[in-house]
Amino acid sequence: MSVRTLPLLFLNLGGEMLYILDQRLRAQNIPGDKARKDEWTEVDRKRVLNDIVSTMFNRKFMEELFKPQELYSKKALRTVYDRLAHASIMRLNQASMDKLYDLMTMAFKYQVLLCPRPKDVLLVTFNHLDAIKGLIQDSPTILHQVDETFRQLMEVYCGLSAGEFQLIRQTLLIFFQDLHIRVSIFLKDKVQNSNGRFVLPVSGPVPWGTEVPGLIRMFNHKGEEVKKIKFKHGGNYVTATKEGSFELYGDRVLKLGTNMYSLNRPVDTQTSGASKNSTSRAQQENIAPNPLAKEELNFLARLMGGMEIKNPSGPEPGFRLNLFTTDEEEEQAALTKPEELDNKVINIQAMQDQQRSEELARILGELEVTDQPRWSTSKGDDLLAMMDEL
Amino acid sequence: MFRREHSIPLRGSAAALCNNLSVLQLPTGNLRHFGVVHGPSAQLLSAAPEDGSLVQRQLQAKEGAGVSPTLITQVHWCVLPFRVLLVLTSHRGIQMFESDGSIMVYWHALDTGDAPPGTWSGRVLVFDIPAKGPNIMLSEELAGHQTSITDIATEPVQGGDCMADVVTADDSGLLCVWRSGPEFTLVTRIPGFGVPCPSVKLWQGIVAAGYGNGQVRLYEAMKGTLHVQISAHARTICALDLAPEVGKLLSAAEDTFVHIWKLSRSPESGSIEVEHCHGECVSNTQLCGARFCDPSGSSFAVTGYDLAEILRFSSV
Repeated sequence: MSVRTLPLLFLNLGGEMLYILDQRLRAQNIPGDKARKDEWTEVDRKRVLNDIVSTMFNRKFMEELFKPQELYSKKALRTVYDRLAHASIMRLNQASMDKLYDLMTMAFKYQVLLCPRPKDVLLVTFNHLDAIKGLIQDSPTILHQVDETFRQLMEVYCGLSAGEFQLIRQTLLIFFQDLHIRVSIFLKDKVQNSNGRFVLPVSGPVPWGTEVPGLIRMFNHKGEEVKKIKFKHGGNYVTATKEGSFELYGDRVLKLGTNMYSLNRPVDTQTSGASKNSTSRAQQENIAPNPLAKEELNFLARLMGGMEIKNPSGPEPGFRLNLFTTDEEEEQAALTKPEELDNKVINIQAMQDQQRSEELARILGELEVTDQPRWSTSKGDDLLAMMDEL
Repeated sequence: MFRREHSIPLRGSAAALCNNLSVLQLPTGNLRHFGVVHGPSAQLLSAAPEDGSLVQRQLQAKEGAGVSPTLITQVHWCVLPFRVLLVLTSHRGIQMFESDGSIMVYWHALDTGDAPPGTWSGRVLVFDIPAKGPNIMLSEELAGHQTSITDIATEPVQGGDCMADVVTADDSGLLCVWRSGPEFTLVTRIPGFGVPCPSVKLWQGIVAAGYGNGQVRLYEAMKGTLHVQISAHARTICALDLAPEVGKLLSAAEDTFVHIWKLSRSPESGSIEVEHCHGECVSNTQLCGARFCDPSGSSFAVTGYDLAEILRFSSV
């Protein structure tokens, strides 16, 4: 399988995470002067997004990410996002984090599946990065970090062959195999069926480089075309008009990977389908060798070593974001989750291994230390319910 | 023209690989074996059509030292004149079993040496298979490809002598036609055009190749001349299969469609001709494997990514 898959997986899932968090925080926005102490404001939202984006695109973190390597288990990747989501003052409890991760994974699975060409997954990635830049446009330092990653993506991926992209696509699909969580916004848009399967349309533009099906051309031994026959293909395809841009700036043409959430279309999942389908996947993973084997812990330690996690000072752990409609719903979701899916956040004991800890200490020592603002302790502890979806 | 038959349930869904369905048609009785790759395991099934009873067996890829479980890349029955072997490939190596998967008779480790993980050499390995027993030996390595091999097709040459024509295809779309013998000789090379060739078949001197841009192309095997170009599918082709008795070609692609074509040669010019026979849409299913279930092409089976069943069709 492809050893160049991880950066694409990480960046696209991260992009989806930011879309969801941004939407949830906007839905909660109260004008700064009117906000109570425990309510989110625009300033808070920007702060959270800036913190997460700058952690995600940290140079050392990206260096580790871009090294050719196999995809690690879902558990290991989930741990990275748990840490990333807590890179700021925002706190998510277990049930909300699970829901966030479900939404992220199903969204990217959908995008990979519907990519017309395997290479188009790069355009999806660029769509995410373009949108991320829009979220943090007030911060030139972070913008520069994102642009650097953009350039690295172009350097690594723009020269890959169609065959290598096909392998990357297959590697991603194997990672997402058997995930059929139903997502409300997908169900409403009729891109997902009630059984959790995505709709694969048989109409629309063909991929760039593919002809509309329906023609047979026959040649003689001299290479001259001697006959042309049409046949009924069964689909309703049209020619592609334009190829998306793979430059730093440009029209990507493809809509996959752009932000599908907005204030009028809040995020939601139906979790009843989730437990049944995820169980079989969890069981399948359990029969494999321990996914958190030594090498995987090393990988995580290296990645986290590149992460600059800001721990808010003060007795309170920061303020909470709820991905459900009410606090009660969130509690309920936590209770009904089957035992074996209990994905506790793994605490990486980064200092256990002598050699590793020296390396990490060196990396950590090189990171800048920023001032931690003192947040008021009452904020967010009893976060009010999110806006009801229509 | 074709109707759906009872599906065969799988324990695990099919992985998003190409050529991800192998069918062994047994000459005695109506028994057929099916093989599908799930991921780290491959599932073998024998379904007796009369009573639908299923015998299942699961095979795991041979583990190596590494973090993630080894993924199987292909499961395939190789029908030799005197013996049938089941071959399982992964990036760690090649395992060969007796046809029912009960005993592993050979393991060939693919050494990557100092090469960084993930580079594929494009070597074609030729093995000498004895009529019985495990004394399988690597006899030759064919050099002709620079990128990973996607598919291999063979056809016995008329005139006996146990010789065959072989076509190999790779990720760059390059096709190599070989003639077997005490040593293999390269007969012709058919260059690619920027997309992989995931599947290739050989029939009566015709090379049928399916490409990543949805095209099916038919070439004259000995000279490599292009005779037919079909804009057959809107996404990459994942599998081709042949019904040799009648010259029918099956193409399946990620666009959810299956098409059946009739291959022939013009009596006057000897040029290769083709006509479209049938198209079938398997809704919302990214197909990954397709095979005829009998040599006359009157029935076929398909697998799809994330689908935990083998779908079957037979002509009415």
